[in-house]
Amino acid sequence: MEIVRTKDVVYEYIRRDDEGEVTGVVTAVDHVSLEVEQGDFVAILGHNGSGKSTLAKHFNAILVPEEGTVWVDGIDTAQDERVWKVRQTAGMVFQNPDNQIIGQVVEEDVGFGPENMGVPTEEIWKRVNESLKAVGMYEYRKHSPNKLSGGQKQRVSIAGVLAMRPKCIVLDEPTAMLDPNGRKEVLAAVKELNKSEKVSVILITHYMEEVVDADKVFVMDAGKVVMSGTPREIFSQVERLKELRLDVPQATLLAYELKKKGIRLKDGILTQEELIEAVEKYGNNS
Amino acid sequence: MAIILDHVNYIYGADTGTPVHALKDVCLSIPDGQFIGIIGHTGSGKSTLMQHLNGLVKASSGAIYYDGENIYDKGYNLKKLRTKVGLVFQYPEHQLFEETVIKDVAFGPKNLKLDKKECELRAYDALKKVGFPDELIYASPFDLSGGQKRRVAIAGVLAMNPQVLILDEPTAGLDPQGQKEILNLIKKLRDESGLTILLVSHSMEDVAEYVDRIVVMNKGEVFLDNTPKEVFKHYKELEEIGLAAPQVTYIMHELAAKGYDVDVNATTIAEAADSIAAMLRQ
Repeated sequence: MEIVRTKDVVYEYIRRDDEGEVTGVVTAVDHVSLEVEQGDFVAILGHNGSGKSTLAKHFNAILVPEEGTVWVDGIDTAQDERVWKVRQTAGMVFQNPDNQIIGQVVEEDVGFGPENMGVPTEEIWKRVNESLKAVGMYEYRKHSPNKLSGGQKQRVSIAGVLAMRPKCIVLDEPTAMLDPNGRKEVLAAVKELNKSEKVSVILITHYMEEVVDADKVFVMDAGKVVMSGTPREIFSQVERLKELRLDVPQATLLAYELKKKGIRLKDGILTQEELIEAVEKYGNNS
Repeated sequence: MAIILDHVNYIYGADTGTPVHALKDVCLSIPDGQFIGIIGHTGSGKSTLMQHLNGLVKASSGAIYYDGENIYDKGYNLKKLRTKVGLVFQYPEHQLFEETVIKDVAFGPKNLKLDKKECELRAYDALKKVGFPDELIYASPFDLSGGQKRRVAIAGVLAMNPQVLILDEPTAGLDPQGQKEILNLIKKLRDESGLTILLVSHSMEDVAEYVDRIVVMNKGEVFLDNTPKEVFKHYKELEEIGLAAPQVTYIMHELAAKGYDVDVNATTIAEAADSIAAMLRQ
């Protein structure tokens, strides 16, 4: 069963001048139909302004489609009375950790969500501790969030979403403001959740390396899904991705440059290990 | 020599009982027209260092010389220094505020009390330098794409006619193509206008590709200061302080460890491809 399904979703931003007169309409999401299977790790790529963040906001009913339908775990997100159920099912993590943390103490921040849902106190503590352990931040539970690094803050944000026991987490460029170490920490935490807790993950990112292990990748352009497939299928199309203002992982790019020099390694290289293996093979055969 | 930092120390919170030694005995000399990458993990002191260079933060001890003059001397014109050393903060587009692009870029020169004509000329000139399209100069800066907003923000600093441009992670949050465009633009500013560039970056691939020299900061100290090739030879030490080398460096080292004759000093994709191709053709 799919955790998120969209059918012909359209969303337009209406631009107004100072007097409130309509001056233009931007179609940010243009007839998007896609499905995300329960338990999958799905990535959405696209250049700035391609509509990926607008689409992501539909997955937990921050936005509802103007045309078409979005179902989250079978619930139509346009049903006003079920919006809380939708948000509990699909939690969202944004780019800037500083905008998402409100508690004075880490564990208090993580408990905010379940507390709002009316979860009994004992159960809240249980969830807070479990969520912090799941992202590797349990030792910091008594710390003040503002003393943490960016990567640590972002992991606290993820724990805050986890404490609501979602079936799906939507992350909108969660690593864009982090240093390389922070980026690694956050990505490792997200992958672990997907693997051991079976939480479905929808990751929006500009870092191609983060996408290599995804089950499925969607690429957006001008509000439409223009490519979809496994990372190997997507990243084998280097030229097409460059046209779409995107890139490929470094190992893929190196294999592509070698191919241009007449050295054909096997297709679909995504990682350092695969590249090295392919070079070894090539060396043995020639 | 444009800028010299002479044993700069910066300590804050001295009166709180838990003082933080944010810069420790930093000595650097930055010649005109150099393109320098500053790397270091969060909290390593790189932003604090940048803020010293245009006098936003004053060192606790030590001196900074700009064109031979100590900026901490009595009577030194810090205001003038700030026009010469332009600082582009992280996510600079958050600071856009005017009704039109051209007005926003002209805001700096206007504050210098230049006449209206001169302000607009400078703003237009700066927008040209960042490759901003003419037809959008009267648009609202808020209606632009992420990459264009960032160009406008950089133009706002360029309109002050700086000699040194400091950019704190200017590509954060942009799509891969947008990142390349901004980096190429910065390189062009150096090559064509002779600006000295200090680029704070988290991307080892970017610094390997673009800069002449890398300064690695760690715990408030200058950890390494050399060309990219020399710096990335120390990739193991870089890892210990929370950094890394470009990915190709690892690939080359691994191949070399397996007995292949490749150049372990390659730091860019192009160099790595050349070296692997040459080895495989043998």
